[in-house]
Amino acid sequence: MKLLTHNMLTSHVKGVIKGFPLIIKATEVKVNEVEFNPEFVSRMIPKLEWNALVQAAEELGQRQDLPGELVPDFEKNEEFLKKVHRVLLEVEVIEGCLKCPESGREFPICKGIPNMLLNEDEV
Amino acid sequence: MAAFGGRSCLKYLLHLAHDNLDFRLAEIKALLALRAKPFQPCECFKEKSPFLCLDGLCEEDVRRVMARSVCAKSAFELWGQGQTHNELKTSLLNYSSENMSPYMHKDSTYRISVYTFNKTLQFADRIKKINALEYLPFEGTVSLKNPQHIFCLLEDYGTDPNSIPEHPNYIYFGRWIADGQRELIRSHSVKDRHFIGNTSMDAGLSFIMANHAKVKENDLVFDPFVGTGSLLVACSHFGAYVCGTDIDYNTIHGKGRSSRKNQKWRGPDENIRANLRQYGTEKMYVDVMVSDASKPVWREAALFDAIITDPPYGIRESTRRTGSHKDITKPLDGMYVESHVPVSRAYHLSDIFTDLLNFSARHLVMGGRLVYWLPVYRPDHSEVDLLV
Repeated sequence: MKLLTHNMLTSHVKGVIKGFPLIIKATEVKVNEVEFNPEFVSRMIPKLEWNALVQAAEELGQRQDLPGELVPDFEKNEEFLKKVHRVLLEVEVIEGCLKCPESGREFPICKGIPNMLLNEDEV
Repeated sequence: MAAFGGRSCLKYLLHLAHDNLDFRLAEIKALLALRAKPFQPCECFKEKSPFLCLDGLCEEDVRRVMARSVCAKSAFELWGQGQTHNELKTSLLNYSSENMSPYMHKDSTYRISVYTFNKTLQFADRIKKINALEYLPFEGTVSLKNPQHIFCLLEDYGTDPNSIPEHPNYIYFGRWIADGQRELIRSHSVKDRHFIGNTSMDAGLSFIMANHAKVKENDLVFDPFVGTGSLLVACSHFGAYVCGTDIDYNTIHGKGRSSRKNQKWRGPDENIRANLRQYGTEKMYVDVMVSDASKPVWREAALFDAIITDPPYGIRESTRRTGSHKDITKPLDGMYVESHVPVSRAYHLSDIFTDLLNFSARHLVMGGRLVYWLPVYRPDHSEVDLLV
């Protein structure tokens, strides 16, 4: 699971009001090299919840020098975009789980694939 | 000044493949919309005809459309047309020599091809037709192998293979500009794909859907019933980043029984990511997840540029959602074990599509497209039923 996806996911357990962001508990993380595409990163930044991204990177120990606030005029700032690219697309959680911040319900991640299915009693 | 005015009223002729007739025009319109150009067919436009003549475009527009289209075989700069060869001759002699001369230089090489729709022509007849065009001011030399300029005489013998006329109904002559992407249908064929399922979408149709959805580079595309990822393969080819979900654990993880005749179980390199890797677009892979499309897991925001999907119809794949028909009196014990497979119940077809439309309304960017297959029962079906 990449952090781009994690930034868009929320807990949908019945009755939960604030299920975003999910807390990441990772037991295996991989950093791959993915071709840097500044246009794509620029397009995604406005869709992101920035604080949640920084927090997630922090949880995985992969934050490095990612700033806590969005840098103004980021479209032209290649250095900044590269940092965002790394965190969004290169860091992957292979094993672990996503924990609902309100109910504590854990969604397992196995082989990089989160399982978001709720059990029959939770729907 | 005159030259500028001349080139902007050029007409272009698209020769469409005689396949997927209902989807062709929508594909061309969508690809023109990506260029912010309107769809302006010429006066003699016929929807079922393989020849589509367009106005209001420039050569770059046509090249860009052909760089994406799997419905169009070739595109030409239209120099002349008519119902008979005499009409064609008049039309060609009326075509501005200013527009012709760049391609008629005495130092250039060229070739003329003859294409006949719905009729087979003998070689000798083709040569006769080419020779009949001697009134055109070609000054260059003919080169069959590697000409600088290719011209084509296209004849339309109607659409009834059982009643082929002696003479063509319509004739066009133009300068070849570009071919379409029909080769993708063969290069991305599901037959050679690493990972397939029982209902993996045909390659040609996947590319048509991606075009209908106006997928462009750097888009983020989502498929809520991703299966083996055929639609994602097509979208990633056009430069979009892709993600998907499916309720079926085995399909998402690439496990279980193979859909191939001579293979019992799926191998280790069979999953959606491997499919993208096969075609060199692994860098466009964002994520896939096991998830129930009736219970979306996304935060409230316009996240996706396009949603492209083929929901299950309940015939070759089951339609299901998590939930049980029994009353749950006692909740399961604390630990949610990875191995627990949630009980599922029926997911009615009408609910699938209502949920899909609601989901798209909430998570598609403004102007983003939802493209999906809707099964209908033909005896009862009418267009009115589609209005929700």
